[in-house]
Amino acid sequence: MADVLKKVPVAEQDPKVRATNFEEVCLGYNSEEAVEEANRCLHCRNAKCVQGCPVNINIPDFIGEVKEGNFAEAYKIISQSSALPAICGRVCPQETQCEGKCIRGIKGEAVSIGKLERFVADWARENGIKPEAPAEKNGHKIAVIGSGPSGLTCAGDLAKMGYDVTIFEALHKAGGVLVYGIPEFRLPKDKVVAKEVENVETLGVKIETNVVIGKSITIDELLTEEGYEAVFIGSGAGLPMFMGIPGEQAKGVFSANEYLTRNNLMKAFREDYDTPIAHGKKVAVVGGGNVAMDAARTALRLGAEVHIVYRRSEAELPARVEEVHHAKEEGIIFDLLTNPKEILVDENGFVKGMTCIRMELGEPDASGRRRPVEIPGSEFDLELDTVIMSLGTSPNPLISSTTYGLDTNKRKCIIAEEETGATSKEGVYAGGDAVTGAATVILAMGAGKAAAKGIDEYIKSK
Amino acid sequence: MYKILETRNLAGNIYEMVVEAPRVAKRCLPGQFIIVKLDEVSERIPLTICDYDREKGTITIVFQPVGASTQKYVDLKAGDVFMDFVGPLGQPSDLCTEPLEEVIKKKILFVAGGVGTAPVYPQAKWLHEHGIDCDVIIGAKTKDLVILEEEMSKVANVYVTTDDGSYGRNGMVTKVIDDLITQEGKTYDHCVAIGPMIMMKFCCLTTKKYDLHTIVSMNPIMVDGTGMCGACRLTVGDEVKFACVDGPEFDGHLVDFDAAMKRATMYKTEEGRALLKLQEGNSHHGGCGQCGGDK
Repeated sequence: MADVLKKVPVAEQDPKVRATNFEEVCLGYNSEEAVEEANRCLHCRNAKCVQGCPVNINIPDFIGEVKEGNFAEAYKIISQSSALPAICGRVCPQETQCEGKCIRGIKGEAVSIGKLERFVADWARENGIKPEAPAEKNGHKIAVIGSGPSGLTCAGDLAKMGYDVTIFEALHKAGGVLVYGIPEFRLPKDKVVAKEVENVETLGVKIETNVVIGKSITIDELLTEEGYEAVFIGSGAGLPMFMGIPGEQAKGVFSANEYLTRNNLMKAFREDYDTPIAHGKKVAVVGGGNVAMDAARTALRLGAEVHIVYRRSEAELPARVEEVHHAKEEGIIFDLLTNPKEILVDENGFVKGMTCIRMELGEPDASGRRRPVEIPGSEFDLELDTVIMSLGTSPNPLISSTTYGLDTNKRKCIIAEEETGATSKEGVYAGGDAVTGAATVILAMGAGKAAAKGIDEYIKSK
Repeated sequence: MYKILETRNLAGNIYEMVVEAPRVAKRCLPGQFIIVKLDEVSERIPLTICDYDREKGTITIVFQPVGASTQKYVDLKAGDVFMDFVGPLGQPSDLCTEPLEEVIKKKILFVAGGVGTAPVYPQAKWLHEHGIDCDVIIGAKTKDLVILEEEMSKVANVYVTTDDGSYGRNGMVTKVIDDLITQEGKTYDHCVAIGPMIMMKFCCLTTKKYDLHTIVSMNPIMVDGTGMCGACRLTVGDEVKFACVDGPEFDGHLVDFDAAMKRATMYKTEEGRALLKLQEGNSHHGGCGQCGGDK
């Protein structure tokens, strides 16, 4: 008999094998494992896990259906709240959300809600189950800017209510960060992302790629000339930040966004694509978030020895514990309490190394985390050929600078009400990273969902 | 899908295409660029807009094959399609956005080098349509590589020069700038230089002598072109700027050309390798450094 205090283990590719390929790391539950894990759920009457979910999936009920082997019914329950379950089951930080609140977690391990969600969504896809399109359209046209998690969710919810929704995507492929940012080995593009996008299209949502709002057409024109009654802005995070240290213009210095975009969206890792990417031998990734882990594990798979250089200690790493664990298993080297001072450049302008300094933790700063302080005289050089900066992003100005009456805050993020997504401009709603700065897929989905409700109320009150 | 309506070989390995892209044609202004992607496996290639027709909904682009993706464009014919064509991207030229009464007071000199003649043309044409005269220096290595001379002559005073003296004046564009100002009594308040990075660098050194405000159009490595990836960063003055959203035009006297030129060679070898594979096709058995065929 399995230990009821522990999660049913999930199959993963062996770290040594997966470090050399781009296949998915976690293989997911099979149906027996899913039923076994579902049986660990106590089906709490006042379920805390639901409160922990930004889109409030009815978790006990869907798990209840899994227990009985009614996977189609379980999918229906999840679909009422989430348009992208196969994605959320893979990339949500469940440990701080649903699973973080699970009663099972007090005395043992929480129920593996994320893996169960993934199982149900994968099962539905493999068995050809699609969400149902609404019976009637209400004739109101809504524009959604960006086809990332917030845009897809907002568009999907509005379409279910009967709205005529068009998504405008700047890139050539729909999916936003799910396509350009998160790597194949964490979130398969053709198998999972493309299928979830198709599901949103099944609901009646139209997607127009290659349209850069603010450049190809403005929000004011969408509202006045193209007949849209409301607009949702889910344009995502923006330009990558750099440290401002010497050598950052050298060849071999990338932003994590560029490195990941080349590999994920443009598929540089595949022989049959034209995209070039630097096949570094010794790579440093500066930063400690999920994006840093993604960049590091990508570089590793392209054949490099990879160091994560992070100025605080392991406890402060902003990345999910599972990502850090996977990165370590695969052989990523963590240079913690270490901060770059200068990138060293050879006579041809290529990176040859990086001077770093050791840090120690001092008093807590504004973020509540202990502030890293340099240890004088502790400088040392790392020999490298590639440096990837993963320090976060600042908002893209294309929309805020071309939309009359749209207020932004001092960090240049769009100001939107949390409950409804309403901005300072009538009929314009916003959510996701464009509002919060870089955050998670599920938070963006929660914002897209709230905005869909806000837009529905706005249209009905007109 | 974006249909190609016309193709033309302008000179040497410089080609022109007219592409149907109504959303871009409706809004674009001189100085802006587009990104084109031929098919699923091709790269996203930024190209400047050479001309546009708002009524027909078309954009004219000019390119010179440098990597594997642009090499494939050479074989395209009218009726073929690009999978993706997005724009207009970047900021329009200041000349087209400043108040006309200010622009009309300026004496404007354009310096166009090689394929850089293409992005100069719509600016000169725009000024001409708004009743403003300008001078354009077109520079090329040799007579056969001079492009768009006829079109340009209809909208501006043109001075052609070739490095080898085979056509027009003899010498580099910088010599023509010097001659026009010191020998031929010309005065200018505003210069726009577009061409290879090395040409723009030396133009800026020349115009600096005359304290002539000079704008250059930068064409760094780019991936998304919408302000996301950061590949196109440049040092302008003491600041990091992104060519795709802040540019592509910048004050040439503030651009760090040496750093930009070094960065531009980042994928020279990688692109060369991809080109090698393309040319060798099925007979490719290594040398690209990626397929392992040479191990």
